[in-house]
Amino acid sequence: MSLQDPRDAVQLPPPVLPRGWSGTRVTGHVLVALWAVAGAYLLYYLASNVFSSFVANYWDDYVDGVVITIQLVVISIVLGALLSLPVALARSSRNIVLSSLAYAYVYFFRGTPLLAQTFLIYYGAGSFQPLFSDLGIWWFFRDAWYCAVFAFTLNTSAYQAEILRGAVQNIDKGQWEAAAALGIRKGVTFWKVILPQAMIVALRPYGNELILLIKGSAIASIITIYDLMGETRRAYSRSYDFQAYIWAAVLYLIVVETLRRIWDKLETRLTRHLKRNG
Amino acid sequence: MRVAGMTDALTLLSFGSEGWGDEIARGTLITVSLALASLPFGLVIGFVVALGKKSEEPSLRTAANIYTTIFRGLPELLTLFMVYYGVQILLNKIYQVFVPDGFVDVNAFVAGMVALSVVFSAYASEAFLSAFRGIKQGQYEGGYALGLRRGQTLRLIIFPQLIRLALPALGNLWLILLKETALISVIGLDDILRWSGIAARVTKEPFLFFGAACLIYLLLAMISSIGLTWIRTWAQRGEGLR
Repeated sequence: MSLQDPRDAVQLPPPVLPRGWSGTRVTGHVLVALWAVAGAYLLYYLASNVFSSFVANYWDDYVDGVVITIQLVVISIVLGALLSLPVALARSSRNIVLSSLAYAYVYFFRGTPLLAQTFLIYYGAGSFQPLFSDLGIWWFFRDAWYCAVFAFTLNTSAYQAEILRGAVQNIDKGQWEAAAALGIRKGVTFWKVILPQAMIVALRPYGNELILLIKGSAIASIITIYDLMGETRRAYSRSYDFQAYIWAAVLYLIVVETLRRIWDKLETRLTRHLKRNG
Repeated sequence: MRVAGMTDALTLLSFGSEGWGDEIARGTLITVSLALASLPFGLVIGFVVALGKKSEEPSLRTAANIYTTIFRGLPELLTLFMVYYGVQILLNKIYQVFVPDGFVDVNAFVAGMVALSVVFSAYASEAFLSAFRGIKQGQYEGGYALGLRRGQTLRLIIFPQLIRLALPALGNLWLILLKETALISVIGLDDILRWSGIAARVTKEPFLFFGAACLIYLLLAMISSIGLTWIRTWAQRGEGLR
């Protein structure tokens, strides 16, 4: 029986030193404590108001508001995605007229405030009332809801076109060449080879765009649409109770945070073949 | 309503008593000064929050992350209303402790500045954080090896590199900030959009005036882009020497 060679002994890492109460640590704990107090007070405030007359009067309106907001965002995002495809194609086209038109479109909708665009469409359409009446499309521009959907669709299509174009350009040229070598037509290559890979790259920007549009949709309330923000402003103007805004903030945060987390999960799942562990 | 002819449109947009040009120019000044006034606060708060986020202390990271989660999750319009009405209520409650029947009015410009700085800082902290990640640990160690204190290392070695790395993202945030100022018109500050709205109602030429407003925003964005490109070249002037 031989003595154990000290070199064979398992090398343990040095013991963890106890962390002292440094300045940063104290600051961090104080700040977290402040957030905790604020959060606890918010919960207490909301709980004590659940049975108040404000909630009894306006809760149904808030639920309607959330539904309207979600409808507005979903319709605009889907229509915007459809519209972004031709815009992105035109933008990367070799035809100089087509590509500069698409560039101007994208530049305009990304360079001006969504609120100004919404006003331009909703109020600005009034300048063309006789023309639009003759064309039989005045019913569309008279309605705040259609105008909001139209403005948001145009706006998000410009952003989505850039996301799409960036993602498609990001795909290696070899993918196109390999598909061509296999005798696959260009259209099929785009749909079945390029787009699926581009979508993975575009996943995160698309998620950001969705969240930006949810937040941006609050603007619809200014042109008399009763989305979540619109219901909130109406409730506040009737009750002068500040909890109107608190409830709205909580609801918006819940919607946005839930979506963000779902998107993170989705991204980890869809890109799991790209992760290399070990 | 009808669409103004070319000469009518030029008269309406001209300066002087006939046209709305001077009012809209004043609105443009308000928009630009609001954005410029919010920028330094947003940058400083954003930098401090980014320091918290990259700290080794978990509690500090949590505190900073809560801040960004809240202000990146709320619609800017809602933040603006909460600041405008909330601060008013709060200030009046405090004020009425001292003066029982007193009333304080919150300035729309200040409310807008606070709301825009807070939102800007939440996004700016992310920009700074990713810039921090682009700086290698060796830069800090080199600073300490030279005998510099932590603050000195940060100021003299890290900060100049950080600005260069964060500039593109911060430039984008500036363009977003410029567009977000439009929301201020809702709480009654006389910016571009509000003057255009008034002019549109008075003259019954909404398309002309809102179109002009959009073009002014585009012009501001273009000027900013030129300025940002210039700043970026200036910040990278040392890179060719390496």
